[in-house]
Formats: sequence, C-alpha cells, structure tokens
Amino acid sequence: MNYIRITNHQTIPVSDIPELDYNSFFELNTGFIIDHPERHCVNYFGYHVSNRIKLICCIADDLTHEIYVSSCSTAIQTRLQAFTSKLLCFEKFEREIHENFGIDFIDHPWLKPVRYAFNRADRTKTIANYPFFKIEGEELHEVGVGPIHAGIIEPGHFRFICNGEQILHLEIQLGYQHRGLEQLFLMKKSMLQRATLAENITGDTVVGHTTAFSYLWESLCGYQASRDVHFSRTLALEMERMAIHVGDLSGVCTDIAYQLGSSVYGRLRTPLINFMQEWAGNRLSKGLIRPGRNQFPFTTSLANRLTETFNAFEPDFNEISDEFFKLPSVLSRIERTGVVTSADVQEIGAVGMTARMAGINRDIRTSHPYSLYPELKHEPILKHHGDVYSRVQIRKLEVNQSISYLKTLISQLPEQISPNADLNKPGANSFTISLVEGWRGEICHCAITDEKGELALYKIKDPSFHNWLALALSVRNNEISDFPICNKSFNFSYSGHDL
Amino acid sequence: MLSFILILIAGAFFTGIIIRTKSIASGRKGPGILQPINDVVRLFKKGAVYSRTTSFIFQMAPTIYFSSVVMAMMLIPFGQSKGLISFNGDFVFFAYVLALGKFFSIISAMDTGSSFEGMGASRESLYSLLAEPAFFILMGSFALLTGYTSFQEMFAALHLGSYISYAIAILATFVLVMIAMIENSRMPIDDPKTHLELTMIHEVMILDNSGFDLGLILSAGYLKFALYGAIIVNLFIGMVPYPYAIPLFFIIQFLLAIIIGLIESFIARFRMSHNPQFIFALTSVSLLIFFGVLLVLGKFI
Repeated sequence: MNYIRITNHQTIPVSDIPELDYNSFFELNTGFIIDHPERHCVNYFGYHVSNRIKLICCIADDLTHEIYVSSCSTAIQTRLQAFTSKLLCFEKFEREIHENFGIDFIDHPWLKPVRYAFNRADRTKTIANYPFFKIEGEELHEVGVGPIHAGIIEPGHFRFICNGEQILHLEIQLGYQHRGLEQLFLMKKSMLQRATLAENITGDTVVGHTTAFSYLWESLCGYQASRDVHFSRTLALEMERMAIHVGDLSGVCTDIAYQLGSSVYGRLRTPLINFMQEWAGNRLSKGLIRPGRNQFPFTTSLANRLTETFNAFEPDFNEISDEFFKLPSVLSRIERTGVVTSADVQEIGAVGMTARMAGINRDIRTSHPYSLYPELKHEPILKHHGDVYSRVQIRKLEVNQSISYLKTLISQLPEQISPNADLNKPGANSFTISLVEGWRGEICHCAITDEKGELALYKIKDPSFHNWLALALSVRNNEISDFPICNKSFNFSYSGHDL
Repeated sequence: MLSFILILIAGAFFTGIIIRTKSIASGRKGPGILQPINDVVRLFKKGAVYSRTTSFIFQMAPTIYFSSVVMAMMLIPFGQSKGLISFNGDFVFFAYVLALGKFFSIISAMDTGSSFEGMGASRESLYSLLAEPAFFILMGSFALLTGYTSFQEMFAALHLGSYISYAIAILATFVLVMIAMIENSRMPIDDPKTHLELTMIHEVMILDNSGFDLGLILSAGYLKFALYGAIIVNLFIGMVPYPYAIPLFFIIQFLLAIIIGLIESFIARFRMSHNPQFIFALTSVSLLIFFGVLLVLGKFI
C-alpha cells in the first residue's frame, strides 16, 4: 500500500509513512478526493529533511473514521504539478509550501504569499507589494478596508472591486498577525510554555487548540488520559462553543442594528464565561487544559452551579431567539444574504460550521470521535441554504445542543480524579496527528519528532485557514453594505490563519 | 423669534432623550440627557486636523452646513408668531437652504478622496433626492388647502375641522417624521451607532472631520431634529394661545424623541437596497395627502 491509514490521535513511526515519487503522490491524493465528498484534506505541509523537502499529505475519511497519510520527498527549488490544478481545496496549502520552500507549482492559479514567515524562501515578497487581483473598467471602483479593522479586532486587509453598491470580487489579504508560532513550539521546551503557546494560537478557541495540543502530546508520550480528563475537556469544549456562538449572535445583531438582540445576547454570554472563571479562574479558560493533567477537577458543587446557570440562561436565550428569528426586519437582512453554494463549499474544502451551513456533513465529533463524544452520539446540525440565516440558525441550534450534552455529562460526574501524571519523553521519530472540532470547525495539529525525541516539526491548522475563501465567495454579487454581517456570521480568525 | 429659541432649547435635549430611551430599552442606565451637548462643547474646545489631500472646500463645508440649518430655523413660525424671516414661498427656500448645506457636506466628503466617503456621499445624495418630492407634495398640498405659501400663514390657516383633515394631519406627521429620520440619518435608513464604515451613510461622510468642525456638524444634526419636530408641532397648535402652546411644543418634541428611540431599539435597519423603495413610498403617502386636499376642496371630479 502506498499510504498508511491511521486514526485520530494515533502515533506512528515516521518511517511507516510510505514515501512516493511525486507523480504517484499526486495521483494518490487527488484520487482520494475526486468523487469522494466524504473525504477532505486536513493538512498538507512540507518540512526540511537534510537537503530535501518532505511533503506530507493527510486526507481524512469521514466514513471509515481514518486518516490517510502519504509522503513524498522532493528537491528544493523544483517545479511540480499543482494539486490545485485538479482540486481547489489544496490552493492555500500549496501557496504556503511555495512561500516557505520556493517550490514552484505548475498550473496553480496564483502563488501569492500567505503569511510572510521570517524564514520564507523569497524575502522580496512583502506585505507592501502583495499582488492584488485587478479588474479594469470605467464603472468599477475599488474599496480597500483595513488592515485596521473598524471594530479594532484583528488586522486584515479586504480589497473589494465594486460596481456601485454591488461587490464583484473580494480579495482578503492576511498575514499581519504572523508570530512564528510553529517555530516557537520548537524553540520553547517546557510544557508550560508550549501549552501557553497553544492557548494563544487564537484567543477565541483557547480550549479547542489546547485540547488538540494535549491529545497530540499525550499520544506522542504514550499516555492514556483517564475519564475525568476527557470529561473536563468535553465540558470545556462545549462551554466554549456556547459562549462564542452567543457572542457572535450578539455581533450579528449589532451589525444589523438590532439593539434588543445585541444587548440580550451580549448579556447572555456573560454567565457562560463567568462560569469558566468560577471553574478555572479564567473567563477564556486559559490554564484549564494541560497534557496529562486535570488542573481543575469538576466537582459536584460546580455541577450544581452549572445547572443553576443553565436554568437562568435557557429561558432567556430561547425567548430572544424566538423574537430574533421571527422579526421581519431581521429576516429581510439575513435571508438570502451572503450565499455560498454547497458545491463551492465542497470545492474549497471548507470545514466545520462553514461546511454544515451548506448541507455538508463535516464534523470531527462524529467522523473522528475523541473525548466523550462517542458516548454522546453526536449528530451534527445541518442547514442547507448557505446564507447568513443558515449560519445564524446553526449557532442557535448548536447552543441548544451543547446545553443538552452538558446536562447529560454533569448528570454523571466522573468518580475518580486521576493524579497528575508526569509524562514520559515523546518517542523518537514519531508522527502524530490530532483533530479536534473547535467551535469554528476542525482544528488539526501535527507533530514530528527527531531521533532524540525532540520536536522536529509542529504544524498547526486552524479551520480559518481554508475557510476564509468562503467569505470571499459569499459576498460576490451582494451589496457592499452587507459585507459586515457576512463577515460576522462566519467570524473567522485572523491570528489562527496567520499563526 | 420665539420658535428660534424654542428649537434651540429642544435641540439641546432631543438627541439626549433618544439615546436615553435606547439605553433604557436595552436594560442600561445610559448617559445623561445633556451628554450630546457636553460632547459638542468638548469638541468646540479642540482644534481641527485636516488631511493633506483636502482643499479649502473641506474646511468651509462644516460652517456652511451649520449655518444652513440655522438659516432654516429662522424660517419656522410658532403658532401666531412668525419666524425671523417670513415671505411668500419660504418653504421652498427652507428646502433648498437645507439642500445647500447638504450639497457642501457631500462635496467635502468627495474632497477627502476616500473611497468610503465617496460611497457615503453617493448614498446620501440618492436618499435626499428621493425624499425631496415627498416634502414638496406635502407642503404644496397645504398651500393648496389654505391658499397661502408661507409657513406662518399656512399653519395659522390650517384648521382641523373635518375628519378628513385629521387624517391629512396624521399622514403629514408620518411623512415629516420619516423625512426627519432620513435627513438625520437615523434608523431604519441609517444606523448612527455603527462602527462599520461600509454600512454607514452620514457617519462615513464625516469620518475625516474633527474638533471644532465635527462639533458644528453634530450640533447642526441636533438642531435639525428639533427643526422637523417644530414643523410637526405647528401642524397641531394653530391658534392655540402661548401658555398652552409652549408646553405642547415640548410635549410633542419629547414624544417624538421617545418614539424614535423606541423604533431604533426594537427593529433592525433596512437592507441598503430597500432604502430607496422605502423613501420613495413616502412620496406616495404625500400624494395621498394631495388627493385628500383635493377632496376637501371639492376639486376632485
């Protein structure tokens, strides 16, 4: 077999990954995805092995619950046929490989820079001379927004080409937030430093990324987390999903100037994050999740407090949601606004909520289950219109779903609290992949160790990485004044993309 | 003279009351009623910063905008007392002196060369253009009904006798409130609270203005609200004596501010492409008033 099948959070020796020549590597991986809607690329990256580049491609199969990993070794500064010529979902990955190693992909639409890494191949490419797509025309005009965001959140530049009020094309230029995180993971050796780095990949998915990191590290060290650790992680993941979804609903209301919704949803987010403060001492759940540890055991009194929180939260949340989803002025703003078709979503390989809003069933919690999700028998919520309305509905329904999961979970608290374990050193020459469904979608962390068991590569992929393109597609032929609600309804991460 | 002073006083409170209503409706305490005025006073103490791409037009425009509103204020009568300036056909002057101010604020926005401000300017001019017929058909109908063409004579002669004239006054109030909302860039046409340049109309045009100039533009906005409120009051007070008319003026202004605050709290704003339809629909309401007047005068065949 010219590839290896592994499951989520499984560690294998690097030598077990079959190494192919580029042509069969190309045929294999494009063949995996073409005509297989249940498969998508979770990560495709390269790294230096002596004087050559090793490319590793990981394709997840949602039906067999496996990940197909294959690799290829190639020279630096070479020319290769682009995967993108057959499948658009590889576009961003190949741009990244091109930026870092200077590999020239033939038939790639446009190998633009991604995040301007310090050690990129071509240092002459900078943020200032980014090549924007242009359309010439008497009646067209360009509107540039950013890099400073109107709400001073995170930096990103949006270049619109408009015909009057109508958007013809949007190009999103990111990379302003690049911190060299993947490199920092190799440089910082202590567990605390690495966990803190994982927490700061993106500030709104602290639990998601730290959970991915923790499972990956535990798997590398050959450690099996006990039930109470899984329990805390599942609980925290769902709490984070709820808090962010409620906050985003408030954000959508603000953007359409629906004051009642904005203030009520805004208020409802507070008890959720305040509960995290009570539990873990931090409203953003920082410090809660660590490999091999149950930092803050979940006690009966916390369970009672959570039940109280839900008792107060649920009626208010359902009431404002009924109001929100019935108000004609709201519906006229969000229905049929920012539509991305199911075919487009499939083609760009979008994940998480962005895929589910267009009717594509892509959810790591069911396809590659981890933690206590197998017990919860998670059923993803699907919507089919691909518009702002679908995205907002998914948020509302996922909040309700999370509440019911959490209620089930806290009805049966884990009895034993495991002692904090000292993890062994990671195995030498190992490869691990860790997939976790954050609130935004699939988070993928990959690690490779060298012969001494030190990290040789740490690769992070936030769902925003391939999803940003969905925003650019969604605003086409919409009014430019609808861009903010389209943007908010997706709410992608700038820092998660830029790393 | 009386109306000029009353409008100044009402203008000082109007925006504060809207903001306070919105705060209470969303469960907050909200800033004091005089906060908008405090903001303006603070801005008046500051110097203005000018972008290097702008010309003298940009520096001139806020002053012209402000003085156009003050000029319009002088035309408004109060019951029996005339405005500071009153002549036949002064409502036409009223509309176009405001349009002059708007014209300057539009070209000053274009002057900055920013793509945002150009977008705001094109939206603002489109909406003013569409709102204009509504105002003229409305005032024209009143002129036809009363036989006069100046504000004071028109309102003084406007006796609400029959049921149909009550209907006309209510429709006229609706049209004037909506024109006030459009002219002042409030919901559901525009969202004065938003921070998103792409969705703004009026706010985006004044992004480059600062300090004293911004203070002028903001205070002109406050006065404009009270200005339209005063026209609405005039529809109802007619020949009522002052001791009743003056409290009535403030009560109507207060109610108007609260109604605007409530509208802004409980609905979402319109999609930008629905705005022209909505504004143009006002013209049809004005036409309804016109036909009502024809009916009253017995000129309808």
